Amino acid sequence: MFRTELAVVGAGPAGLSAALAASECGVDTLIVDNGSTPGGQLVKQTHKFFGSKAEHAGTRGIHIARLLAGELQRSPQVEYWSESTALGYYEDQVLLVEREGRAHAVHCDALVVATGAAERHMVFPGNDLPGVYGAGAVQTLMNVHGVKPGERVLIVGAGNIGLIVSYQLLQAGVRVAAVVEASRYIGGYAVHASKLRRLSVPILTSHTVKEAHGHEQVERATVWQIDETFTGVPGTEIEFEVDVICLAVGLSPVTDLLCQIGCKMKYVPELGGYVPIRNENMQTTRSEVFVAGDASGVEEGSSAMLTGRLAGYAAAAYLGKCPDFQNKRAECQRALDALRAGPSGQKVRAGLSVVVSMEAGTC
Amino acid sequence: MLKSTGVPEREQLDAVTPPASRRSKGPVAMFECFERIPCDPCYHACKHGAVKEFLDICDVPEVDFERCTGCGLCVVACPGLAIFILDETPSDHAVVGLPYEMLPVPEPGQEVTLLDREGRELGKGEVSQVSRPRVGSGTLLVKLKIPKEMVQDVRSFRLERGTP
Repeated sequence: MFRTELAVVGAGPAGLSAALAASECGVDTLIVDNGSTPGGQLVKQTHKFFGSKAEHAGTRGIHIARLLAGELQRSPQVEYWSESTALGYYEDQVLLVEREGRAHAVHCDALVVATGAAERHMVFPGNDLPGVYGAGAVQTLMNVHGVKPGERVLIVGAGNIGLIVSYQLLQAGVRVAAVVEASRYIGGYAVHASKLRRLSVPILTSHTVKEAHGHEQVERATVWQIDETFTGVPGTEIEFEVDVICLAVGLSPVTDLLCQIGCKMKYVPELGGYVPIRNENMQTTRSEVFVAGDASGVEEGSSAMLTGRLAGYAAAAYLGKCPDFQNKRAECQRALDALRAGPSGQKVRAGLSVVVSMEAGTC
Repeated sequence: MLKSTGVPEREQLDAVTPPASRRSKGPVAMFECFERIPCDPCYHACKHGAVKEFLDICDVPEVDFERCTGCGLCVVACPGLAIFILDETPSDHAVVGLPYEMLPVPEPGQEVTLLDREGRELGKGEVSQVSRPRVGSGTLLVKLKIPKEMVQDVRSFRLERGTP
């Protein structure tokens, strides 16, 4: 059996930050990730990050992935298994991992779950036609593999992801017919919306996709206005000649592993769905299991790095290897509070207020 | 309004426009950043102390136009591409500096179609300079020669072919 002090599931911004923080404290760490290169969603984020300079603001996500991967390589105490899937975690602190077609049992003294989030789909006639994509899939095709998803795209959802992917499509030479948003307001940052408007992309609030049409694939989309009850208004239909409908309608935390472990979960709409109850150190109701990043509630890359670092230090403290934990914790918390301050952090603050609880263990 | 259209209102723009007295002296930055979001690269990018330090990372930038030299370091640093350089000192035209992240990269002398904040065509302009500052992460600063009266409206451009 493979033995490690700390196992981290997920090599996105949260998992990498957790592993780096723990190894900084002298904890032997194994990262398990199903991707082929470290970075998680960072490897497709070609835009510059917001947040503070300490969390790489102004740096493009792809470059942050390289920075973190570089630090990982320089940390002799971190072992990294790519293309490996965590299958389950059991009573005797064994993590079962599928790697190169074989199951490996990994015994760990502490575990950080940083499994990220998954895209939501949307119900409308024709949503099963080829050409209906999630925004993450569009980014993977375009920014990781250099493949254009189509020639003319309708974007559904004006949150940051929808706005950013629209801009990246324009950069790739793809036309964006419009961005439609069900809410009355643009959910993403105004600066992202302004960038698109300057490039002649219309943003239609209080509109949604009614139907996708096409024989073998998407050829056309019908969009219509919706009222305050989110019901379509007949007579307001607009047709768009598009070969791609890109859905950017939100993310849900990926928490299968945490559920299987038996961590106490709670449904918190503001955080995207079911998330584990944890204390302010990211420790779940199972004392050796910590959570980080979007798996603890959907936020964004900078906060994922910070909750990751916090979980990494907390796991090290749990293992008795982080004597300066209170200071390190306070530093992470200060940066997180700053990121979550202001109107854009309101939803997350509301969600956290009901899920960060003393019910979870104390390390 | 900005949060339903993506286009700032006139009053919002008036509040962040550098004063005419400063604009008559030389190039100066205009920060079209209106929303309280966690972001501070402009403060760190400015080498002249023109962007006041952020007490709260969600503050919108406060600019000392007298210190601003119009160098453009903040333009290429801003993740929101929300900063522009205005130069109204030439006698027969104005120059506007824009952040640019598209391909192909325009050439000085090239004619472009000028666009406003809603992507509407305003007329023709000419690329006067393309610079890629050593700092920053690849965003270019493109300067356009434009008719003087359009300096408050031109915020984007389209190449004759090849750009969306």
